[in-house]
Amino acid sequence: MQPPGTERPIIEFRDVSFTLPSSLGGMQVLSGLNLEIQQGEVLVLLGRSGAGKTTTLKLVNRLLLPTAGEVRVNGQVDGDVIRLRRSIGYVIQEVGLFPHFTVEGNVSLVPKAEGWPRERIGARVQELLQMVGLAAELASRYPHQLSGGQRQRVGVARALAADPAILLMDEPFGALDPLTRDELQREFLILQQRLHKTVVFVTHDLREALRLGSRIALLETGRLVAVLTPEDFLHSNDPRTSAYVKAFADGLDPMGNRGDS
Amino acid sequence: MNVFQFMMQNRGQVLELTLQHLWLVGISTLFAVLIGVPLGIVIAHRPRLGKPVLAGANIIQTIPSLALFGFLLPLPWLGDRADRLAILALTLYALLPVIRNTFTGIRGVDPAVIEAGRGMGLTDSQLLFQVELPLALSVILSGARVAIVISVGVATIAAAIGAGGLGEFIFRGLAMVNNQVILAGAIPAAVLALAADLGVGWLERRLRPR
Repeated sequence: MQPPGTERPIIEFRDVSFTLPSSLGGMQVLSGLNLEIQQGEVLVLLGRSGAGKTTTLKLVNRLLLPTAGEVRVNGQVDGDVIRLRRSIGYVIQEVGLFPHFTVEGNVSLVPKAEGWPRERIGARVQELLQMVGLAAELASRYPHQLSGGQRQRVGVARALAADPAILLMDEPFGALDPLTRDELQREFLILQQRLHKTVVFVTHDLREALRLGSRIALLETGRLVAVLTPEDFLHSNDPRTSAYVKAFADGLDPMGNRGDS
Repeated sequence: MNVFQFMMQNRGQVLELTLQHLWLVGISTLFAVLIGVPLGIVIAHRPRLGKPVLAGANIIQTIPSLALFGFLLPLPWLGDRADRLAILALTLYALLPVIRNTFTGIRGVDPAVIEAGRGMGLTDSQLLFQVELPLALSVILSGARVAIVISVGVATIAAAIGAGGLGEFIFRGLAMVNNQVILAGAIPAAVLALAADLGVGWLERRLRPR
């Protein structure tokens, strides 16, 4: 079930459409999206490539602007975009770590831009590294000296640096090997229990969606098909939902009873 | 008398002309960087301007250097003194590699990195100075290196309009049909070009992002 909507949702999409400019083909990527995201939930945007998941995400921090409808963050439609972005953590699949900055430099980017005093930044970096399970010595390393999993952890630490209320994660664990992904998903859950961020999480992996999401929003070719809790998602009769569940179950089948519970 | 004996005998003049040469090259490269880097930044962010700007710089480059010196001669103030004229011409020649490499360097920055920076709330100027320029720096330097090497060569022609530099020896040697005198200008010029190439190349490798 949807969490009780007593308070105002922290993110609201109202009749949002997004069409690419005609110079880029003019394709309609999102049509008539209505969605409310509540404080403290992990909303997973699930769907195939091209379903509009990443577009939905980028509408939140206004890397993209809707061509119709409105997106409200904290009740606001506009306002200072730089302020807005600094109050939203952003993690992307390609990580996007700055290759010429050390781990510390990457993590402290927003605090520095916000003009935090030096000691506070240093302490915060140590705190964050610990939070995401990285050794303090790694602070002086460069991204190319880290493993994929470590880089992704730095990406998460960087997004959390200024303690944003909202976290946008675009397939953050997509490029990792299964074991590392599993580890990071588990740590994400533990971290989320502690931090209670509002998280919008993009993935095409139902398993990940079921594991991490408090609600799953299924997108198909730019339209919102359903918003369901993981439990309801598994038992939904909607053919578009069950297609996912079936593909997922088929993927597990060959392993049979060998303990992939 | 071989060329080295000749250079030793005239070492005062060799030194003076070398310094003059360095000055012409140095000042014009500085101007080219001051004009070319901002232009390159602008066209990297407004790709529609890229073609005309690069085409313009390209056309300048195709004008034979001796002719360019001639074209510039009637200009007010600049045409009054040979060294001003030479610096202007050398600057124009050095522009293309600087603009082109700044453009290429900035366009070559990983879009994921730019996107992450923008998404995290960096302003355009923070993005430029903290991300784009540092990551493009080695490519920009390699443009400056090409500009310097071109300038060292073209600057020898500046002597034809009386701007001095090592070209003095070369033109004098040509007039005298004396190879040693020609080489007394050509060898230091070649050494300058090589030294600049190696020096800036070293800097470029040091600054290359990993």
